[in-house]
Amino acid sequence: MSAVQETVDRVRRIDVDQYRYGFETLIESDKAPKGLSEDTVRFISAKKNEPAWMLEWRLEAYRRWLTMTEPKWARVHYPKIDYQDLYYYSAPKKKEIGSLDEVDPEILKTYEKLGIPLREVEMLEGVVRPEGERRIAVDAVFDSVSVATTFQKELKQAGVIFMPISEAIREHPELVKKYLGTVVPTSDNYFATLNSAVFSDGSFVYVPPGVRCPMELSTYFRINERNTGQFERTLIIADKGAYVSYLEGCTAPQRDENQLHAAVVELVTLDDAEIKYSTVQNWYPGNSEGKGGIYNFVTKRGDCRGDNSKISWTQVETGSAITWKYPSCILRGDNSRGEFYSIAISNGHQQVDSGTKMIHLGKNTTSRIISKGIAAGVSQNTYRGLVTAHRKATGARNFTACDSLLIGDKCGAHTVPYIEAKNSSALFEHEATTSKISEDVLFYCVQRGLSQEEAVGLVVNGFVKDVLQQLPMEFAVEAQKLISISLEGSVG
Amino acid sequence: MPLLEVRNLQVRVEEREILHGLSLVVNKGEVHAIMGPNGSGKSTLSHVIAGKPGYEVTGGEILFEGEDLLAMSPEERSAKGVFLAFQYPVEIPGVTTMTFLRTALNAQRKARGQTEFLVPDFLRKVRKVADSLNIPMDMLKRGVNVGFSGGEKKRNEILQMALFEPSLCILDEMDSGLDIDALRVAADGVNALRSPDRAVVVITHYQRLLNYIVPDFVHVMSKGRVVKSGGKELALELEASGYARFDDAA
Repeated sequence: MSAVQETVDRVRRIDVDQYRYGFETLIESDKAPKGLSEDTVRFISAKKNEPAWMLEWRLEAYRRWLTMTEPKWARVHYPKIDYQDLYYYSAPKKKEIGSLDEVDPEILKTYEKLGIPLREVEMLEGVVRPEGERRIAVDAVFDSVSVATTFQKELKQAGVIFMPISEAIREHPELVKKYLGTVVPTSDNYFATLNSAVFSDGSFVYVPPGVRCPMELSTYFRINERNTGQFERTLIIADKGAYVSYLEGCTAPQRDENQLHAAVVELVTLDDAEIKYSTVQNWYPGNSEGKGGIYNFVTKRGDCRGDNSKISWTQVETGSAITWKYPSCILRGDNSRGEFYSIAISNGHQQVDSGTKMIHLGKNTTSRIISKGIAAGVSQNTYRGLVTAHRKATGARNFTACDSLLIGDKCGAHTVPYIEAKNSSALFEHEATTSKISEDVLFYCVQRGLSQEEAVGLVVNGFVKDVLQQLPMEFAVEAQKLISISLEGSVG
Repeated sequence: MPLLEVRNLQVRVEEREILHGLSLVVNKGEVHAIMGPNGSGKSTLSHVIAGKPGYEVTGGEILFEGEDLLAMSPEERSAKGVFLAFQYPVEIPGVTTMTFLRTALNAQRKARGQTEFLVPDFLRKVRKVADSLNIPMDMLKRGVNVGFSGGEKKRNEILQMALFEPSLCILDEMDSGLDIDALRVAADGVNALRSPDRAVVVITHYQRLLNYIVPDFVHVMSKGRVVKSGGKELALELEASGYARFDDAA
């Protein structure tokens, strides 16, 4: 049997989805009745003990949502979503958690399986850690609620607020009121408006003026319940001269039916502040026939509200059946800077339509977009990006590089850039390439002793190197492994 | 037992038969030259030995140290000690040569049940080999063959050959694209690897290369067969008379 045939056969034997996180946690949960109505919105708001203004805000969003239609412009195809056939709220029972010890051990076990350092027990018990080892504060969101946030005390000392947004609404209403919905308004788009009506939890971060957050902040999202939509809402504010690096990870169990995920993330930087937001998205992508998997319709936007401020998005997208996601920057402050570094991998039947928007409003604003799309299997991978310069945005500059890599001959890569310059001093550069992993490159590698899959992993990691370098160290290692896993079975 | 034994090998590419019953025996310690005009099947032979996809073996067999080579995957052959220096080495952007060398060497070692090299030991080994081939360490920090000159690419092949210590080295048209100085450096590298434990098979159009790598045996290929074998003087004979007279023999 020739080597190729052997590889093809071996690949056939492997199920495309080698999804490592497909386990389910059996815990009791407290759910809202199925379907969406004003009552659902009131139910969620009441569960969260929200003040009246918050309920009003949600209801307004809900009423607006009723008048909107689902966007159809993305290059993704999926059966019609029945919004009345979903649960909009699910919380693990035995809630009212005061400390980590009160978290359901089953949930802690889940996070342990995921390799997430939830327990600060070691710290508390004075276990000596090697000098210089970085610590990460974690907020874990399980289905609809945040179950545990670590390192709260230490962050408090630095003046950093890091807590579930449901708590922030009660404890820091002035901050939430001032910033919530100012970057992604409730009327922004169909999915963001839906999120505004029914979001259940998410993370809230406020870094006060001049403070450099003493550790990486991290949120892990886990969808566990069946037929549950997850609608988290994250709001991060870096006040003047502040800095914070935030990491986000996502997983879900394997299901036959699709689950909906529609998150909103808002970032605000004031003068001289910087936010670095990194995502490793590994939602369940569906099985080898394209069944199941998460529908991921996410609105992420950062507002460089102050002068000389900076927002940097880095994303590694490997999961989801459908990805609809455009982390963007509004460069409002003069000399502000936006960055978007992306690796989007699609395998099996996955469909990705992702990219960014860089909206230059202030003077001498700069932005940089580095997008690496990798398509394998029968997947479709689209980069969609918008770069605009307002007429007052003199000296705006953008550099964009979009590279696509195809593995096999049944997948597709598409690049859809939109560029609009309304003043003559703007300087926008756009580069794009599409390439295939050639048989010759693979043969060269296997001749030197690598297996086919090691060879693909090596070539792909070389392809995405520029973006991987942007990730914090621990995340980069995880992402590298994830890339190899998500491409398993893609050769043949 | 011969290191490599090719018996009556018949190979097709798509519907066309390229090799029509080729036989060849190579023992350890020997250097063989395979010469022949374009299209005589020289490169096909090297590709089939290394296990390149796209060739259909319709008859005959290849034994490597007595084992059925055709039953092994290309990476298994590599771990067993089969090395093919490519005529056109590929570029792998974003993967530094150093990373590639270490990944490949450790993959081979792992397949042989040996321990992986630790980074310091590996670096020491690479530095020694690179020095002997006049390869600056800076070159190894660049992407594999990315922006390398023709000579640098060939030296990179020989560097890998020296590092992996294969028992069978096949050099496919090593002289193509090299000027005389680059050719001499590359040939010196190959000569340094001649050893009683290793065989070298040099595939070439021209006698020129054989002035630098002097073979023990020369085989002339024509139309998918070895039509004449002899000592190194056969190469000189060819140089004088050309390949045309062998066409009839095929």
